[in-house]
Amino acid sequence: MESVFPLLTLVIWLPILGGTVVLASGDRDTNLSKWLALGTAVLTFLVSLGLWIGFDSTTADMQFVERGAWIPTFNVWYFLGVDGISMPLIVLTTFITIFVVVAGWDVIAYRPSQYMAAFMIMEGLMVGVFSALDAILFYVFWEAMLIPMFIIIGVWGGPNRVYATIKFFLYTFFGSVFMLVALIYMYFQANSFSILDFHELELGMSAQVLIFIAFLLAFAVKVPMFPVHTWLPDAHVEAPTGGSVILAAIMLKIGGYGFLRFSLPITPDASASLDWLIIALSLIAVVYIGFVALVQQDMKKLIAYSSIAHMGFVTLGFFILFALLRHSGESTGAVMGIEGGMVQMISHGFISAALFLCVGVLYDRMHSRQIADYGGVINTMPWFGGFMVFFAMSNAGLPGTSGFVGEFMVILAAFRADFWFAFLAATTLVLAAAFTLWMIKRVVYGEVKNEKVAALADLNGRERFNLGALAAVVLLFGLWPAPLVDVMHKSVEHLVAQVSVCKLPAVQAADCLLAQPAPVAFLAP
Amino acid sequence: MPFDAANLLPILPEIVVAITASLVLMVDLYLKDEHKGFNHNLAIIGLLVAIGFTGAVGGGAQELFFDGNVVRDAMSDLLKGAVLVISIFAFVYSQPWLKDRGLLGGEYYALGLFAVLGMLVMIDANSFLTLYLGLELLALCFYSLVAFDRDSPTGSEAAMKYFVLGALGSGMLLYGVSMIYGATGSIEFGAVAQVIAEQGTKDKVLIFGIAFLVIGIGFKFGAVPFHMWVPDVYEGAPTPVALFLSSAPKIAAFALAVRLLVDAMGGLQADWQGMLAILAVLSMGLGNLVAIAQTNIKRMMAYSAISHVGFIFLGLLAGSSQGYAAAMFYAIVYALTTAGAFGIMVILSRKGFDVELLEDLRGLNDRDSWYAAMMAIMMFSAAGVPPTVGFMAKLLVLEAVVRVDMVWLALVAVFFSIIGAFYYLRVVKLIYFDRPATDAPILTSGGVRAVMSVNGLTILFLGLFPAALLSLCQGAFA
Repeated sequence: MESVFPLLTLVIWLPILGGTVVLASGDRDTNLSKWLALGTAVLTFLVSLGLWIGFDSTTADMQFVERGAWIPTFNVWYFLGVDGISMPLIVLTTFITIFVVVAGWDVIAYRPSQYMAAFMIMEGLMVGVFSALDAILFYVFWEAMLIPMFIIIGVWGGPNRVYATIKFFLYTFFGSVFMLVALIYMYFQANSFSILDFHELELGMSAQVLIFIAFLLAFAVKVPMFPVHTWLPDAHVEAPTGGSVILAAIMLKIGGYGFLRFSLPITPDASASLDWLIIALSLIAVVYIGFVALVQQDMKKLIAYSSIAHMGFVTLGFFILFALLRHSGESTGAVMGIEGGMVQMISHGFISAALFLCVGVLYDRMHSRQIADYGGVINTMPWFGGFMVFFAMSNAGLPGTSGFVGEFMVILAAFRADFWFAFLAATTLVLAAAFTLWMIKRVVYGEVKNEKVAALADLNGRERFNLGALAAVVLLFGLWPAPLVDVMHKSVEHLVAQVSVCKLPAVQAADCLLAQPAPVAFLAP
Repeated sequence: MPFDAANLLPILPEIVVAITASLVLMVDLYLKDEHKGFNHNLAIIGLLVAIGFTGAVGGGAQELFFDGNVVRDAMSDLLKGAVLVISIFAFVYSQPWLKDRGLLGGEYYALGLFAVLGMLVMIDANSFLTLYLGLELLALCFYSLVAFDRDSPTGSEAAMKYFVLGALGSGMLLYGVSMIYGATGSIEFGAVAQVIAEQGTKDKVLIFGIAFLVIGIGFKFGAVPFHMWVPDVYEGAPTPVALFLSSAPKIAAFALAVRLLVDAMGGLQADWQGMLAILAVLSMGLGNLVAIAQTNIKRMMAYSAISHVGFIFLGLLAGSSQGYAAAMFYAIVYALTTAGAFGIMVILSRKGFDVELLEDLRGLNDRDSWYAAMMAIMMFSAAGVPPTVGFMAKLLVLEAVVRVDMVWLALVAVFFSIIGAFYYLRVVKLIYFDRPATDAPILTSGGVRAVMSVNGLTILFLGLFPAALLSLCQGAFA
């Protein structure tokens, strides 16, 4: 089903084009370039809402498909399309970018047009990653995304920015080049670079394991999973507020998305036999990184570690399904685990963005991120204090906020698989509450710590708009997550059905941990 | 040997370049110092006309001329076009530099044009003799160009090193040629290939000869362990000469390798494949690792060149038409990228100041954001990051290598590209993240800026739309 109107192309190239115009507008009239950027961001968001409105959630098929020749001799296509897994992430991307533009409005003094342009271009590339259905197209967007981020952290970052940004680039680059070799290898098996063809590809066990590892390197760095997470705290601390927001809210999600789009459906048997590894790493991330977050002195670092712990939840939700299938052979729990992970990704996108914006608000006034420099902020900034407490609560998974929904679903799914998985995963509820609320206690409440805090001014209009809008969304999806879950439900069911069928060639059928291909119609009952 | 229209028409591009070079030599005698710029215009016009003739006489199936000593095929059309275009870039970038230093004599253009002629002859060669003729013409011109700034001691030293090692390389090549001539009794590639096909590949003399051929090719490309001259020559040569030397001759060297290894020695692919694999892995490894330690940007570019040669060899050693096409794509893209990168260095140099150190690029974004963007594009392309064409080139080579089931080589290659990414990123870091040490404005003419923009945007454009160039490359080996 090809789309008549190239909506996805528009969502990808509109911000890139807008970014180029912003870049060309230069710094002579900074207001012009800022308004241009904001206009582009809002317009892109409105256009991307068309995806949500026009989306048919009764099918798992790719929608808004566009297909054009790109490199015909290698069967590489400009092939775009979205399903229920990628579409919400695209809308998240376009939504969050608006806040990034607003947050940088008068904070960025050095070359604001380049700053805005970098975020605009980045937005288009990220949407491209989520909508590409051709592996090479995906890889091009995936890698190209590094360039603007590299420059954002390096130019507008903190004192140790060069170290952080080069580390960020090289870690991600390291992960992804092996994925490239795996993609090329599969091209020769499938004679196509289409990701959908890869899904159908029959692969032997050893090939699957190698491909799985190549993907794992790429996506684990991006998520990031323990032990390749160390670039994230550095990058977050040094990045400007907008950069941290994009990193936490969207770039990490690209790793999670990669697991769903590539690892699970392409190498289900390798995933099934190595799921213990992912689950172990995820639980380490949840528990160990939770403790690490507890002792941080720097607010941004604390939120960065909290992100890693939350993303551990996501990968746990994605990979719990094999344990469930082995345990009970039924799919509802597996679907719930993946949906929980997805909801967690979206919700973490809002909450982490909001928390980084909160820290940005404080940093702009005090030029410090150290928890010890603050205290009693709520006395001078009541609006801000209210928002920060709210977002901290949702970060800790307070029921009624979107942070609770995903965690609850994942824990529920984990419970069906193994009590201990669920037990360890549930410690996050305690740990997250501990590290966020303790930070709140020290920063927001208490006596006014010093004259600087006493002189703080409360939120201005732009900041109030940013935090208010995010708070509304967090509350909305916390109280009424159904639309989000409905939109992805069919796609996730389809994914689970795909994953629970053995993909090994007939000669290796004895090694199948999963159900044999035919004649079982998995979702029939 | 008949000198009639059937033989002369197809080599019109070469004839035009030769005439232009001679014209420059003569006209220069009657030019006053303030009119020396005319040489430049003459050279550019000559090259443009040569491009036009390349297009006009090109196309169609393979043809042989001059008793089989010269060939014109799809590969030569494309490579000649690429060499001529990149030579124009090189001349345009270097003109202001030469003018500032009072070196804008006819000699530079005459030598440069004769070097271009040498490259064209190499690309056209269908016999060992023609090939060697072109190679030596190219090499001799460059020996003198490296020493062009005769008051510079480093330039003379570099030229001496280049000459000695270049002569050694040529000697090796010639020795290998003599072995092959002894074994096959012919110097024409087609005949050599035929003899090898008939006699089989057991002949020890042939294997001996091919080892020397590969060494010769290694010297001319600057592949490890025959790379010692590259960093010294790049560093010592005047920047515009380094620009020229690092770009177009790589394309000619690619032609040399294809003519020798594929056209003549295709039957012995199993033998030279292993040798090239060793050279490729060593070049990628050493080139990328040592480049990290450089503080001189010209030396860094030299080691970067060595590592890229490894990638070109990877494509060649795949031994498939896909691999040759990928290597050809890579060589052209590499020449385009490196011409741009050196072009920026030449542009940033002023009277009495040459860009030598990486530090000299500091804060380029604050001095001129357009040139900064162009340099960033070159660096990301060299690192192989999409959406620049450098990524596509690497992708094609990796594809060719994986296609012939040498996945381990692909893994080695990507591993070293990660290491390589670091030093290219460092350049981007200097350009964007640091503040400039000087406020000296960058003065360039509109022409230079336009050509640099074309150069940089081509790299971006080809990265987004590689299909056209790729199908041309594949057509050359169809």
